[in-house]
Amino acid sequence: MLIESLLLSAILFAVGVAGVLLRRNAIVMFMCIELMLNAVNLFLVAVSRYAGIEGQVFVIFVMTVAAAEAAVGLAIIISIFRHYESVDVRNFRLLRW
Amino acid sequence: MVGVPVLDSMLALVQEATTHERAYVPFLPSWMILLPFIGFVINGAVGYLAPDRRKLVSAVGPGVLGLSFLVAAVNLVLLIAAHDAEPVIRSYWTWMEVGQLRIEAALQLDQLSVMMALVVTCVSFIIHIYSIGYMGEDPGYARYFSFLNLFVFFMLVLVLAANFPLMFVGWEGVGLCSYLLIGFWFTEPAKADAGQKAFIVNRIGDFGFLAAMFALFAYLGTLDFQAVFAIAPRGFEYGGAAVTLITLFLFLGCTGKSAQIPLYVWLPDAMHGPTPVSALIHAATMVTAGVYLVARTGVLFALAPLSMTVVAVVGAVTALFAATIAVQQFDIKRVIAYSTISQLGYMFLAVGVGAYTAGIFHLATHAFFKALLFLASGAVIHAMHHALEHAGEEAGEDVTQDMRNMGGLKAYLPTSFRTAWIGALALAGVFPLAGFFSKDEIIWSAGARGQTLLWVLAVLTALLTAGYITRWLVMVFHGASRVGEGARRYLRAAPSVMLVALVLLAVGSVVSGWVNVPEALPLLPEFTWLHQFLHPSFEAAEHVLVEHMGEPAHVAPLGGGEGTWAVLSTTAAILVVIFTFMALRGKRYLSAREAAEPTGLWRLLYRKWYVDELYDLVIVKPFKALCMVSWRVIDQGLIDGALVDGVAYTTRFGGWVVSRFQTGYVGTYVLIIVIGILIILGAVAL
Amino acid sequence: MSQLATLYSSHWIITFLVFFPAVAGLVCLFLPRERIRYWAFTAAMLEFLVSLPLFWTFKIGRVGWQNFVTEPWIPDWGISYALGVDGISLLLILLTTFLLPISVLVSWDQIKEKERAYYAMLLILVTGILGVFVALDLFLFYVFWEVTLIPMYFLIGVWGHERRIYAAVKFFLFTALGSLLMLVAILVLFWLHIDQFGVTSLGYADMLRVEVPGSLQYWLFAAFALAFAIKVPIFPFHTWLPDAHVEAPTAGSVILAAVLLKLGVYGFLRFAIPFFPSAALSQTVLMTMMALALMGIIYTAWVAAVQPNLKKLIAYTSVAHLGFIMVGTFALTSHSVTGGVLQMVNHGLSTGALFILAGFLYNRRHTYEISEYSGLAKVIPVYSGCLVLVALSSIGLPGLNGFVGEFLILIGSFGRHPWITLLATTGVIFAAYYMLPMIRRAVWNDLRHDENRQLLDLSRLELAIIVPLLIMIVLMGVYPKPFIDRIAASAESLSEEIVLIAGQDAQPQQRVVAGDFTGSRAGTQ
Repeated sequence: MLIESLLLSAILFAVGVAGVLLRRNAIVMFMCIELMLNAVNLFLVAVSRYAGIEGQVFVIFVMTVAAAEAAVGLAIIISIFRHYESVDVRNFRLLRW
Repeated sequence: MVGVPVLDSMLALVQEATTHERAYVPFLPSWMILLPFIGFVINGAVGYLAPDRRKLVSAVGPGVLGLSFLVAAVNLVLLIAAHDAEPVIRSYWTWMEVGQLRIEAALQLDQLSVMMALVVTCVSFIIHIYSIGYMGEDPGYARYFSFLNLFVFFMLVLVLAANFPLMFVGWEGVGLCSYLLIGFWFTEPAKADAGQKAFIVNRIGDFGFLAAMFALFAYLGTLDFQAVFAIAPRGFEYGGAAVTLITLFLFLGCTGKSAQIPLYVWLPDAMHGPTPVSALIHAATMVTAGVYLVARTGVLFALAPLSMTVVAVVGAVTALFAATIAVQQFDIKRVIAYSTISQLGYMFLAVGVGAYTAGIFHLATHAFFKALLFLASGAVIHAMHHALEHAGEEAGEDVTQDMRNMGGLKAYLPTSFRTAWIGALALAGVFPLAGFFSKDEIIWSAGARGQTLLWVLAVLTALLTAGYITRWLVMVFHGASRVGEGARRYLRAAPSVMLVALVLLAVGSVVSGWVNVPEALPLLPEFTWLHQFLHPSFEAAEHVLVEHMGEPAHVAPLGGGEGTWAVLSTTAAILVVIFTFMALRGKRYLSAREAAEPTGLWRLLYRKWYVDELYDLVIVKPFKALCMVSWRVIDQGLIDGALVDGVAYTTRFGGWVVSRFQTGYVGTYVLIIVIGILIILGAVAL
Repeated sequence: MSQLATLYSSHWIITFLVFFPAVAGLVCLFLPRERIRYWAFTAAMLEFLVSLPLFWTFKIGRVGWQNFVTEPWIPDWGISYALGVDGISLLLILLTTFLLPISVLVSWDQIKEKERAYYAMLLILVTGILGVFVALDLFLFYVFWEVTLIPMYFLIGVWGHERRIYAAVKFFLFTALGSLLMLVAILVLFWLHIDQFGVTSLGYADMLRVEVPGSLQYWLFAAFALAFAIKVPIFPFHTWLPDAHVEAPTAGSVILAAVLLKLGVYGFLRFAIPFFPSAALSQTVLMTMMALALMGIIYTAWVAAVQPNLKKLIAYTSVAHLGFIMVGTFALTSHSVTGGVLQMVNHGLSTGALFILAGFLYNRRHTYEISEYSGLAKVIPVYSGCLVLVALSSIGLPGLNGFVGEFLILIGSFGRHPWITLLATTGVIFAAYYMLPMIRRAVWNDLRHDENRQLLDLSRLELAIIVPLLIMIVLMGVYPKPFIDRIAASAESLSEEIVLIAGQDAQPQQRVVAGDFTGSRAGTQ
C-alpha cells in the first residue's frame, strides 16, 4: 500500500512540475503548484503511518500555507489580469535584467 | 648740527665713536631692515588704493632707502671705530624651536654684513632715485616701488641674517622679488616666461641650499653662523666627505642665485625686466648673494679643498665663457648681462682661491660700475623708446635695445655717454678706476695661490672684457647714427633725476677702488683699509687655509711681483680698448632688420654656444614628456584605467553575465530550481 | 574666569564641540529654507568661538591626554566613551573649527538648491571629523570614521559638478574598501585583548598594550595602513582624489583637502604606527612607505605640472604635500613629526585657500580650465594678489607657513634617512614647476578671452572669506612658535616611544644615523 501511495505522490508531483514548466497560463501554473503541494501532502500522510504522527502535523501546516498562498496568488493573478487582460506569463517580464 | 633730531643723534653718535674707541653697539639695526619693509607696505597700499598718488610714492620709495642707507653708514662708522669688534647678534623672536633645533629671527652685525648692507642700501638708494625718472610714466608706478622696496628688505635680511634658515628667507625672498620684477610688465608673455624661468632655475639652487642646511644640522646640531663656524674646524675632518658635500650643496645654491655654470641661463632672460631692476637685482645686489654666501661660510669651504677648487674652476670658466658670449651680442642689455655673469665668475674665482676680501672688494666695486652701465643703457633705451614712439615707429623691446639700431648717440645723450665711458673703463680694469684695483687683486690672488690655469683664464677674460665693452661703447655712442631719420629728431636726454643717479654711480665707480690699494703698486701709498676692516670676518677661514695650504706665494706663475703685473694688465687693457675702438669705430653696421646672422665662430657666440637649445633638448623637453607620460599613461592609463576602473568594469561584467539568467520567464526560474534540486539530490545520493 | 578654565580642562567642552555640529545640522532640516544659511553660519561661528580658547587653555609641554574622559558605554563589549586631546590633535581640531564658518560662507551664494540637506551634511561631516580626532576608543573611532564618509559622499554626489556621480561613487568605494579591512583588524585586536587580559576592551590605552605576534602584526598593520593610505592618499591609491575634488562643490573641496585627508595621516600617527611599531618600522615596510611617499612627492608633482584643470592641479599638489607629511611621519623624529603635524595645518590653510580661490573663479566663469583665464592680474588685481600669495605659500616660500612645516619635516628626517630626504627635497623644485606655470597662464600674460574683461574683483563677502586665511598663512610663517610649542611635546614623546619599542622588538640596526650619508662621520651629535 505504501509503495502505491508513494508512486501516486511522485506521479502527481511530476505532473505538477511539468505543468509549471510547460504551461503558460498563470492559473494553470498556479493549480499545478497546488498539485505539487498536495503530492507532498499525500507523501507525508503515507509515510506517517510508519514514521510517526509528525508527518500529519506538517500536512496541516502545508494546507494552511497553501490556503493563504492561494488567496494571495489568485489576488495577484486577478490584478495582473485586470492590468494586462491576459494571464499568459510570457507577457510578464518585469523581473528581467 | 642739522636740526633734525634723528640726524643730530646720528651725528652725535658718529662723533663720539670716532673720538673714543669703544665696543661696537649697533645703531638701530632693525630699522635698517624695517624701513624698506615699511616702504613696501605704504607703496603697496597706495598701489591698490590710490595708484595716482605718484608724489607720495616718489617720496616714500627712495626715502626709506635713504634713511636705511644712513643707518647702515652710521653702523659702518661705529664698526670702524671699534677696531676688530666681535660680531653682535640681535635676536628678536624665536622663529622655530623643536628639541635642539632653535632658530631665532636674529641679525648678525659684523664687518662683512654691515659692509654688504652699506653697498646694498647705497646702490639701491641711487637706483631708486633713477627709477623715479625711468618708471615715471608707468601705470604700475606704486607697484614697482613696493616690489623694489620689498626686494631691498629681503636683500638686507639675506645679508644680515645670523643663521642659515633666516638667510634662506632672504635668499628666496629676493628670488621672489626678482620673479615679480622681471615679469613686471606681465602682459607680455616673454617677460612672464623669463620671470618664471628665473624662479624655477633658482629653485634648483635652493634645493642645494636646503640640503646643505639639513646636513649641517645633522652633523653639528646647530644652524647659527657663529656656532657653526666655531664648531666646524673641530667637527669636520679636513677634506672629509661630509664637509665637501655640504659645501658643494651650498655652492649649487650659489650657482643658481649668482648665475654660474650650469645654472646661469636665467640671467640673460631676466633682462626682460625694467632696466633699473636689472641694475639693482641682476647686477649689483641679488646675484652677488652667492659670493657673499661663500665668503660668509668661508670656514666650511676652507675645510673642503675640493669644493674650493670647484668654486674657483666654475668661477674662472664661467668668467671666460660668458665673456666670449658677450662679444657677439647685439642687445644693449644682454652684453652687460653676460658681462655680469663673467664678473661674478671673477668673484667666485677669488673666494674659491681663498681671497675672500678680494671677492667682496670686487663685489662692491662691481656693484657701482655695473649698475652704472645698466643705468646708462637704461637712459639709452629710454631715449630710443621715446624717440621711436614719437616718430610713430615700432618701439618694442627688440628694436629699442638692439645696438645695431643705435650708434652716434653721444651727441644726444652726453651725460650717459660720459658716465658710460667711466663705467666701461672701470669694468675693463683701467687705472685708476675701481675695477682696476679689485679685478687686479683677484687675478693676482689666483696666480699667487698657484692656480696657474685659472690665472691664465682670468687674464684672457680680462682682455676679452676690455674688448667687448669697448665694442658696446662704440656701437651705442660712436660712429654714424643708425637711428631712423624720423626718430632722430625726438632723441632727448633722460630726465635729470636719472642723470643724477648716473653721476653718483660714476663717482662711486671712480672712488670705490681706492679703499684697498695693494702695497705692491709703484708710486702709490699702501692703503689696505678694506683688508684690515674685513679681517675679523675672514680670520677663521684664513686661519684654516694657512694651516693646511700654507701662505700664498708672492710671485705670479710667470714670475714678477704684484706691482709688475698690475701695470702690465692695465696697459694691456688700455691697449685692447684703443685697438678695439680704432678697429670698430669706422665699421658700418646694418640695422637689426637688415643684418644677417653672423657666420662661423661668430654665429656660435651669437647663439650663446647653443646652450639654451641644448638644455631645451636634453632637459626641458624630455622632462615635459615625462610629466605628460606620468599623467596620461601611468596615472590615467595604468592606475586609474587598468586598475581602478578595471576592477569596476570586471565587477560590472560579472554582474552582466549573471543577470543573463534573469530572463523574466517564471518557467525559466522553475526550470533552474528543478535543475538545482536535482543536482543537490544527486550530490546527496552520491 | 576660573569656572571657564575648569570647563576648558574638562571633557565637556570636547563633547560639545563634537556633537554640537550634528545637532545643529539636524536642526537645519526643520528650519525655513531662506534662513538655513544664517543658522548654519551662526552655529559654525559658535563652534569656532567655543573651540578657540582651547588654544590657550591647552597645557604646553605636557605629555599625555588633556580634556580626557572615559565612561563605559556598552560594557559587555568593552566599548567606552573615551575622548582626549593632545598636541597632535589640538591644532587639527582648531583647523577644522576654523574652516567650518569659512566653508559655510563659501557656500553662501553657491548652493542654491536643497540647502537644508546641504548644511546638515556639512555640519554632520564636521562632527565625524572632530570625533575621529578625539576618539580614544576604537569602536568610537570607527563609528566617527565612517560618519565622515557618508556626508562627503552626498556633498559630492548631490551638489557636485557634471561628473559628480562617478566621483562620489569612486570616493565611496575607495574609502569603504579600506575601512572594512580596518574593521577586521580592529576585531582581531579585540579578540587578542580578550585572550591576553581576559577582559573585553576597545580602549586606546588597552589596545596599545596588546602584544601582537610577529607576522600577524604585519597583516594588521597592512589593514590599518590601507585604510589610512587611501585616505591620505598615498600613491597609488590617490586617483579618487582628483576626481572627487574636481566634482565637489567648493566647500566640499575645502573640507576634503584641508581636514579629511588629515584623518589618514592622523590614523597613521595615532593608531597604525603605535599599535604595530615593529611592523611599521621594519626595514621592508618602512622603505615601502617611504618609497610610496616619495612617489607621491615627485611623481604627482610631475602629473600636477601638466594639468589643464585648475582644481585637478591643486588636488595633485595635495598628494605631493601629503607625501612630505608621510615622510616626516615615518621618519619618526621629534622634528619631523612636529613638522608633519604643523604641515597638516599649513596644507589645510594653503590648499583650502587655493580651492576657495578656484571656487571664486568658477563662480564667475563656470569653468576650471586654466586656459580659459589669462591676464587676470590686469582685471582683478586683488584676487590675483591673493592667488599668488597662496600659491607661494603652497610651494613653501620661506616667511610663509608652508616653509616652516616642510623645513622641520626634512631637517628631522635627514638625520635618519639622508638619501630619502634628499630625494624628497627635490620636491621643492617640482613644486615651483607646477605652481608657477599655472600662475603664469592664469594671472600673468595678456587678456586673451573677452569674457574675462568684465570680471569683478573680490566682493566684501569673498574678502571676509579669504583674508582670515591669508592672515593665518603669514602669521604661521613668521611666528610659528606658538603652534610648534603645542605640538612638540606630544610629537617628541610619541616618536621616541615608538622608536624605543620598535628598537626593543627588532634588531638594533634600526636606527640609522647621518653617518650613512657619507660613510665617514666625524664630529659631534
